[in-house]
Amino acid sequence: MTDVANRSAATSTPGPWPDTLTRVPFWAFQRDDVYAAEQSCVFRGAAWHYLCLEGDIPEPGDYRTTFVGDAPVIVARDSDGSVNAFENRCAHRGALICLDDKGKGKKDFACVYHAWTYNLKGDLTGVAFQKGVKGKGGMAPDFKLSDHGPRKLRVGRLHGLVFGTFSDETPELETYLGEEITSRIARVLKDRKPVVIGRYTQGLPNNWKLYVENVKDSYHASILHLFFTTFELNRLSQKGAIIVDESGGHHVSYSAIDRKAQTSNADYAQQKIRSDSQYKLADPTMLQGFDEFGDDVTLQILTVFPTFVLQQIQNAIAIRQVIPRSPTQTDLNWIILGYEDDTPDQRLVRLKQANLVGPAGFISMEDGCVGGFVQRGIAGAPDEQSVVQMGGDNAQSSESRVTEASIRGFWKAWRGLMGY
Amino acid sequence: MTNLQNLTFIIARAQADYARCIDDDRLEQWPDFFVEDCLYKITTADSQRDGLEAGIVFANTRAMLRDRISALREANIYEKQAYRHVLGMPCVLDENAGGVRSETAFFVVRIMRDGTSDLFATGRYLDHYEIQNETALLKERIVVCDSSRIDTLLAIPL
Repeated sequence: MTDVANRSAATSTPGPWPDTLTRVPFWAFQRDDVYAAEQSCVFRGAAWHYLCLEGDIPEPGDYRTTFVGDAPVIVARDSDGSVNAFENRCAHRGALICLDDKGKGKKDFACVYHAWTYNLKGDLTGVAFQKGVKGKGGMAPDFKLSDHGPRKLRVGRLHGLVFGTFSDETPELETYLGEEITSRIARVLKDRKPVVIGRYTQGLPNNWKLYVENVKDSYHASILHLFFTTFELNRLSQKGAIIVDESGGHHVSYSAIDRKAQTSNADYAQQKIRSDSQYKLADPTMLQGFDEFGDDVTLQILTVFPTFVLQQIQNAIAIRQVIPRSPTQTDLNWIILGYEDDTPDQRLVRLKQANLVGPAGFISMEDGCVGGFVQRGIAGAPDEQSVVQMGGDNAQSSESRVTEASIRGFWKAWRGLMGY
Repeated sequence: MTNLQNLTFIIARAQADYARCIDDDRLEQWPDFFVEDCLYKITTADSQRDGLEAGIVFANTRAMLRDRISALREANIYEKQAYRHVLGMPCVLDENAGGVRSETAFFVVRIMRDGTSDLFATGRYLDHYEIQNETALLKERIVVCDSSRIDTLLAIPL
């Protein structure tokens, strides 16, 4: 944490962080120096970041490019089957080594600028004209290839997911996640072969943390999203709970069909929440899914600190990867999943239920704009604070989803890495 | 007039109506440009090239298109906005007993509440039209956006 302390001392933080998890100063979503500190403390710090699926790079020589925070990263499968991740940055003068999103059959990566060449593990293997031309020029005789190279990430693999971390301090992936989170990733992905059936990016006009808060916020789901409540995908009075891991940074929110209790509409009617309408679908087949997990859980939203989301909304399975672009711009990469053994009917259900999510999602649409509403709302109020007090002041698991415990958990983990 | 000219004209006219319908905010009429048993999908050029089936929007009945509009009107929350579609000339690709396939380039400017006007989407319509009595109805419209990044949200159809 020395690095964190140095950075905190070097930047002019406007006032101390409040001594509670229930308040978040708005400057945390605005300041360039906070964004820069996050890049080193969170994105290149002791945290795991989603890189890709194993299925994205099944064969030796397959690769994908992605980002960990601002840092461009290459993920490649080597001839020994290992998955390797390293910066997409030439050790010479810093140019991107790879200019494609993905590819196959790669033997090595050669920088287009001066043809410095890297193997699939990210080792520098060649420097053009290293010995000069006709005995003149070239690198000094003591120049060693092994002294140079893009920084490598440690790679963690779990149930077909590939994560990476720049830091040696990060605990092993399963330790980092803990048993509760790991088991709920397993629930969706273990012993199954996910296949990507859709991909797109939603550009969000807000700080990345506003989106992460939104994903962790089970309080808003039945209020902002009419679609959920009307079709009883996620009534708060359904059976459900929030799990917040010990670090605070990861969470699971789930709801299940409560076969013992009929959902009461009375609580909603009392609150005069606009969601209580008579809205009906002309084609209800979109919501007619199948029980593929055998546990009546209709919704499981899982986050891994800081920026990974695994979503099951009925049969709509997706990964969401949050990529910060600037203090006020975020890319949300949607990876829509099916499974290799889907029947044609099951696949059609997934295509239909994909309408729930993404930039045009009946549910997710609002999450795309609400972060921008906050970003614009707080524009003149850097020293004011948000109130994150629903359900108390702790960051613990809760049987009620009328809580902001998982948001508080996020800030707990974030403050730990940032040194606040 | 040759058959090709005639088809091009019929499709161009249908598409001009389609664009005006959306841009004039007469969204309740938008499903009427499709046959009942239709396919409407918004996807990206990358997904189209990679053969990824799931769209940003997917509807395989006209009723699902109606649901889109009633959700926009009654359920979904988004800031007031409008589109201006500008369409290229339809290119008739194939004509057979099943209908006419065509491709048309588009670009769409999105005009926000505060006056911000941005180039929201460019791409092409990959269409399959049923043509009867000089009228074209969409059996299939695949909206292929050139970019894979959608800004903020895609509420109004393309």
